[in-house]
Amino acid sequence: MSVGTSLTQDQSRAIRLLGVPFVYAVLLLAVPLGAIVLFSFWAQDFMAVDTTFTLDNYREIADSPIYAMLLQRSLMVSGIVTAVTVVLAYPVAYFISFHVTPSKKSLWLFLITIPFWTSYLIRVFLWKVILGYNGVINSGLIQVGLIEEPLTFILYNVNAVIITLAHAFAPFAILPIFVVLEKIDRSLLEASQDLGESRLSTFFRVTLPLSMPGVVGAVLIVFIPTVGDYVTPELMGGAGGKLIANMIQTQFLQLNNAPLGAALAIVAMLCVTAIALVFVFLNRRWLRGRR
Amino acid sequence: MSLRVYAIAYLIFLYAPIVLLPLFAFNDATIIAFPLSGFTTEWFSALKTNGSLHGALTNSLIIAGCTAVFSTLLGMCAARAAAMSHFPGKGGITGFVMLPLVLPEIIVAVSLLVILRQVLGLDLGNWTIIMAHVLICTPFSIAILNGAFGNLDPSMEEAALDLGESRWSAFRLVTLPLVMPGIISSMLISFTISLDEFIIAFFLTGSDPTLPVYIWGLLRFPAQLPVVMALGTILVALSIILLTIAELFRRRGIKRSGAKDTGGFL
Repeated sequence: MSVGTSLTQDQSRAIRLLGVPFVYAVLLLAVPLGAIVLFSFWAQDFMAVDTTFTLDNYREIADSPIYAMLLQRSLMVSGIVTAVTVVLAYPVAYFISFHVTPSKKSLWLFLITIPFWTSYLIRVFLWKVILGYNGVINSGLIQVGLIEEPLTFILYNVNAVIITLAHAFAPFAILPIFVVLEKIDRSLLEASQDLGESRLSTFFRVTLPLSMPGVVGAVLIVFIPTVGDYVTPELMGGAGGKLIANMIQTQFLQLNNAPLGAALAIVAMLCVTAIALVFVFLNRRWLRGRR
Repeated sequence: MSLRVYAIAYLIFLYAPIVLLPLFAFNDATIIAFPLSGFTTEWFSALKTNGSLHGALTNSLIIAGCTAVFSTLLGMCAARAAAMSHFPGKGGITGFVMLPLVLPEIIVAVSLLVILRQVLGLDLGNWTIIMAHVLICTPFSIAILNGAFGNLDPSMEEAALDLGESRWSAFRLVTLPLVMPGIISSMLISFTISLDEFIIAFFLTGSDPTLPVYIWGLLRFPAQLPVVMALGTILVALSIILLTIAELFRRRGIKRSGAKDTGGFL
């Protein structure tokens, strides 16, 4: 039964078990990711792919201002969406962790996650109904008499994309913050108040710094996937609200230029990863500086 | 209690769009706008006779069913391994398996499209979507099943082994019944995710669309929108029912293993 001399039986069994999902992830994630990296250095030659090494795709991305503009807009939208979601989510996570009785906590979390599991497409489309020219907000405000002409700044532009995405990713931001808040030792907060800190300064000097790992988790789990969304900008963004993911989708499915699309996907991923790493690093330094 | 007011307002914000669905699904007008004009079940009856819709629904159900089974099996492997001894590289390997949770879906979609179409030259079909959905659902399955396997007392299975059961029958007779609620919960969640998933399905769908891809096509035609609303109402109701059952099973599982309930799915 013994496989390696240095491994216990239990360990080698754990390795074999974990090996199954690992091999699956390698075959369906690592290998395909490697393939798009390779493709990004090739070129599309009408129907065939020319497999000689070239940097042309990256050169084109660097030279045409449209890609830089789309990427910049994507990162900006994701950044704003992340900030809005996390700031709005923090008080809710705090409320559930500190003010809800333990037996009711899982009910609150359940209520918050339900909208997240319902059809994404339908939810995005419903925002169009709410924000639209004849939508709920406009027709409501006109009936009340607050406005005479429908508001146009909330549909088919970047604002609409931000509102919709912030709504879609809300539960994603609450859960990591909640998990970390739950782990905070409550006696630390009592100690702080016994030592004369007010409730507000206890929050800023004890609770908030201790919950930063959750905030960082929330930021990453919202920021990274929002860059890859093309449904919301397609439905809500109009002509001026298209993002980098729409361009990737167009390159692959309409223009049939997989190498350029692959290069765009890689550039987008690299930018997102770089920003995420800088954020994590700055946060660590900030926390250490406070100690 | 201003925090409570804020939290309730936040819940209303979360549910606002979903509440509109049934309103317009039963509204007697082809334009999706207020004021409502009257009650009708016309849009629901239109769903009954729509052949291509039924085809898309069948596809989606097949895909979601297969995804639920396979991602839960992979999740069980990982969750059981997580509850066993530590070995070098365990954290890294688990992290890699969980990666699809944070990876933008479009990246998963295009990379699989490239390898399947351009490198291997295969035709797309339901099985390609199943493969991709298993990849993105496995992390969720692992998260749920970790709760079920992690709380388990290993001495129970050891007792069965000491009493002469084989390793497999000890697992089947002792561990499996204890983690069964977690397994059902994981299958329901994977089923729901797969049923609603659009971004990846749109890239990898063959000649027969899945339900979300079919809905995407309908969104272009304003005349079809009330029908979409009716379909959405049914889908959302179905999701909520499945999720409620999943949550009930998850709680039962935690109670069965004797641990305290600490929160939701993740």
